[in-house]
Amino acid sequence: MTRRAVARTLMYLSLIAASVVVLLPLGVVFLTSLKSDKEMANDSGALTLPDDPLNFHNYVTAFQDGRMLSAFANTAIILVFAIGGTVLIGSMTAYAIDRFTFRFKKLVVALFLLAALVPGVTTQVATFQIVNSFGMFNTLWAPIALYMGTDIVSIYIFLQFVRSIPASLDEAARIDGANAFTIYRKIIFPLLKPAIATVVIVKGITVYNDFYIPFLYMPSQDLGVISTSLFRFKGPFGAHWETISAGAILVILPTLIVFLCLQRYIYNGFTRGATR
Amino acid sequence: MTDTTHQAAVRSAAGPEPAVPVPVPAPRRTRVWRGLTPWLFLLAPLALLITFTYAPIANMVAYSFTDWDGVSPELHYTGAHNYTELFTRPELFEVFWVSGYYLAASAVQIAAALYFATILSFNVRFRNFFKGLLFFPYLINGVAIAFVFLYFFQDGGTLDSVLSLLGLHSDHAWLGTPVSANVSLAGVSVWRYTGLNFVLFLGAVQSIPGELYEAAELDGANRWQQFRHIIAPGIRPVLALTVILSISGSLSAFEIPYIMTGGATGTETFVIQTVKLAFQFNKTGLASAAAVVLLLIILAVTWLQRRLVPDDKVDLV
Repeated sequence: MTRRAVARTLMYLSLIAASVVVLLPLGVVFLTSLKSDKEMANDSGALTLPDDPLNFHNYVTAFQDGRMLSAFANTAIILVFAIGGTVLIGSMTAYAIDRFTFRFKKLVVALFLLAALVPGVTTQVATFQIVNSFGMFNTLWAPIALYMGTDIVSIYIFLQFVRSIPASLDEAARIDGANAFTIYRKIIFPLLKPAIATVVIVKGITVYNDFYIPFLYMPSQDLGVISTSLFRFKGPFGAHWETISAGAILVILPTLIVFLCLQRYIYNGFTRGATR
Repeated sequence: MTDTTHQAAVRSAAGPEPAVPVPVPAPRRTRVWRGLTPWLFLLAPLALLITFTYAPIANMVAYSFTDWDGVSPELHYTGAHNYTELFTRPELFEVFWVSGYYLAASAVQIAAALYFATILSFNVRFRNFFKGLLFFPYLINGVAIAFVFLYFFQDGGTLDSVLSLLGLHSDHAWLGTPVSANVSLAGVSVWRYTGLNFVLFLGAVQSIPGELYEAAELDGANRWQQFRHIIAPGIRPVLALTVILSISGSLSAFEIPYIMTGGATGTETFVIQTVKLAFQFNKTGLASAAAVVLLLIILAVTWLQRRLVPDDKVDLV
């Protein structure tokens, strides 16, 4: 009995230790974001509490001088187009692959399967040249096209769902005179809602967090997204950790809110996405 | 998106049909339409897939045999020169050793994820709270994580403050020497990715029917035996998948080291080096060769996994 109690205590202790490891780095940055530059200068240590816990001055600086507003706007534009495109493309591909038999179907499926194995980071050297040749370099279209065109995971998610929609529904509609496009638009697409929710969430978080693609394709200051704008804090705010911290918290906050609201979907989505 | 216009055209063309009782249309035309329909759906997806995945791969392989600098119209075929350079110049190949740190970190990460997935699959208070807390780092923006940990490892930053709170006064520059810097960076990657592995494992563990545990408990099995004989076999496919993800992730580590140290003090990874070769030193040919090597290694690892764990369907949700 006592052994069991000890084991339980140790288990909770390990959970608490893990929580501290997760929260401490974030918590300290949050504290730092509320400190004034004077407090930072007198070197009172990272763990001290800020003098004025309602000092949002650094957030104002981060927002104005760090161009966070235009970063959020750019990210929002990219999100809308990339997610919309991904949903359309993924669902169309899944519908075509699952509901039709056609020549070269095996080849098409193999092309999509194989593409899932190619890690995006490796091919950017050459992708860059292609994006550049389309004149998309330094425009918002570069990330939009890349996010839309290279997302195999969401095709998998849609494929799983289309399979679960009984084909008899299609048949019934076809007898009523609907053609393939009407069936896709009126029957398949509406029934894909859960899959769409999953793809929107997973894709949304991935795009919001991506650094590599906007960093490579949109060096212009005006085209900063969340990641690249925050990255640029490193220069002008060099040693101003209170401003950098405020910027980091500004970026983390939306993620936290979305996570708290949509927990269940997020777990499901990322599990599905990874295990495809 | 040429496809949408097609669809619209087709829809309006087909629109009036149901209104009139249609005679059976000419079978040949229908057949052609039926054959064409899937391709109309696949037009845009395939175009994007080929433009942004397969064309780059083909180009990359082609560039890797040239001395192209990425800008000038001139390029010369150099045979396998880039590849020999890559394998014979030690400073170019050295970066692979850095992946070793991340591989070791993956092992720690998987062990931690397994441990927490196992204990949280039992009845634990505040289970959802702990689950969320462990997973959340995975969702955070990489740049934000990099800054959080730059401050963490800074002189007089979070880590030093905590250590001095415990009575350990150190003026060790955590990102100052190659070994320490790489260990620190690998630690950040553990912090960031454990949550994903944990949630994957937890999903697998929870999909094991509860009666199995009850039966085992009746037979007098302890927690370790339950883990060994019920949980471990149940999560094998997910474990295999995680190992592959970790290996390819370790080989292609980029974001955190690039933002935190820019590849300084011996923390340059293979991808950082490739990006620098291509976009700073304009050595597109050499960079392409490097990327081809990395791609081949990752494909080989994946192929190996498919061979070792044949057709274990990973189905969690």
